[in-house]
Amino acid sequence: MADGILPGLVKGLATTARSLTRHTHTAEYPDVSPALPPRSRGVIALTEENCTSCMLCARECPDWCIYIDSHKEELPPTTPGGRARQRNVLDRFAIDFSLCMYCGICIEVCPFDALHWSPEFEYAELDIRDLIHEKDRLGAWMATVPPPAALDPGSPDPAEVAAAAKPARGPGAGPAGARGAGAAARPARVRAERTAERTDERTSQRTAERAVERGAEQGVERTAVMPTAQPPAPRSPAAQPPGTVPPASDVEQTTVLPVSDASEAADTVAAQGDSTQVLPTVSSQEPTRSADEPGASDEEGRA
Amino acid sequence: MSDLAPWLEVVLRAAAVLAAFLVLPLLVGQTEHKVMAHMQGRLGPMYAGGFHGWAQLVADGVKFVQKEDITPARADRWVFRLAPFVALIPYLVALAVIPLSPRVVGARVDASVVLVLAVIGVGVVGTLMAGWASANKYSLLGAMRAAAQLVSYELPMVLAVASVALAAGTLSVVGIAEAWTPWWLLWQAPGAVVFLVSALAELQRPPFDMPLADSEIVFGAFTEYTGLRFAFFLLAEYAGIVVLSLLFAVLFLGGWAGPFEGWFGWLWTLLKGFLVAVVVIWLRVSWPRMREDQLQRLAWVWLVPMALLQVAITAVGVVVFP
Repeated sequence: MADGILPGLVKGLATTARSLTRHTHTAEYPDVSPALPPRSRGVIALTEENCTSCMLCARECPDWCIYIDSHKEELPPTTPGGRARQRNVLDRFAIDFSLCMYCGICIEVCPFDALHWSPEFEYAELDIRDLIHEKDRLGAWMATVPPPAALDPGSPDPAEVAAAAKPARGPGAGPAGARGAGAAARPARVRAERTAERTDERTSQRTAERAVERGAEQGVERTAVMPTAQPPAPRSPAAQPPGTVPPASDVEQTTVLPVSDASEAADTVAAQGDSTQVLPTVSSQEPTRSADEPGASDEEGRA
Repeated sequence: MSDLAPWLEVVLRAAAVLAAFLVLPLLVGQTEHKVMAHMQGRLGPMYAGGFHGWAQLVADGVKFVQKEDITPARADRWVFRLAPFVALIPYLVALAVIPLSPRVVGARVDASVVLVLAVIGVGVVGTLMAGWASANKYSLLGAMRAAAQLVSYELPMVLAVASVALAAGTLSVVGIAEAWTPWWLLWQAPGAVVFLVSALAELQRPPFDMPLADSEIVFGAFTEYTGLRFAFFLLAEYAGIVVLSLLFAVLFLGGWAGPFEGWFGWLWTLLKGFLVAVVVIWLRVSWPRMREDQLQRLAWVWLVPMALLQVAITAVGVVVFP
């Protein structure tokens, strides 16, 4: 035979014999569930309580596969002579997974961490119309959302922790410093509110897990709840800005009192000439509404 | 079994051969499924039958039975329908005369080597009939390739067998196996290689599956076949592997020669034949298909001279070391 054929044949035999003795690559999928990498994009889960109907996700969605319906509700004033407040109530939140391309932009843009990636992927349907997941089904996926992955070793502290560790700026600037820190920490705080006030078993369990997961952040969250309820008390540097109010349903479940306190606190802050306001649209355009409007959703939605 | 009535003995032997004919090819087929899969880093069938897909080929058989038996409108009807049996039955006959041990043999024939070789050669007539009767140019091309392949490779095969027959001084398969000594592994090595290569070609197994080459001529002579008749062709292929593996084991590997050959001789033959079948599968997985024009060259330029040389070596050996 020509030169090189025989070595080639032997090499072929050796290769197949070697792979015969090695482990196979077959994924026995229905019997053995796959080991998915962290941050797998399976399905999008919704924490309904965090959603302020701001529509950011719906309008950023490249496929326009998110449907949101909401209406405004008026909350009666809690004190005699007070002002009635409005908040958004989410009527419908649906994602059409037959259109979704799993880009995750909606999750990125959500300012209140209402949307999360879940690694679950087994939701094929026989009818394409059943791929529209309404908010109850999207909410059910929350139970499958894994806690966020731990930070890489040596990475800088999360923004919330770094901001909380910063000393207050000058004497009497406690609230102002807290405000600056809180702007960055807002998503965490929203989650913390939910931890404290949600009664839903599943969600609270999940967030509890998450809170344990982020040990550093936990301290921030705990302290964040307190000053909102007691504005005159001296604040720790970790205190959250009163301007960032809990999302709609949290307000609904609890008394409206803390919110009104928060609005007073915000007024106080405004009177002190706080220049570190990080929510310029909220405070500069409509300073009075910004504090009491839950989530300031109108402004963000309009932006 | 000699104290049984003659007719009963015949029936029992025929039933035993038929059982072996139906079971062994399935065993080889299942082995091919699994060995090929693992050589390619896969698992192969895992569901049928529950345990590692052991019943996959049974399930395949059930599937084939359920399929429609189509005869093309332009086909030569009777030839077309008869072809699978012409391809299959020669291997059944061949299996009947291949001994597993001196006592475990379907039928005792004196010149059984001649019978086996003659009968195996008939198998290709079935392929030729199928290709001609299908009224399909791919089938015809495949049949022509099969015929050309058989004509080319029959000669080196017969010469290789002639060599061992010469060495043993008998044409009986049992006699050849009894005359075998471990020295034959060296003495008859070129003949063994020639026999194995031409057996692969006779079986139209890769790397000699140009008659079926699916990327060139669909499925060769079997293109138009469906259902059970197609299954018979597949069965013929695997029965062919069984027959030629056992024949190789008996002629070149000493058959039942081994420890405890008095009781377990048949097991030794089966084991050796199984190893040869695994090698046949291994070659299929490892090597690509040869090109049609390389086929004849290999046979006439390499195998026939090698086989003639082997016959000469054997003749010298027989004369010098009687």
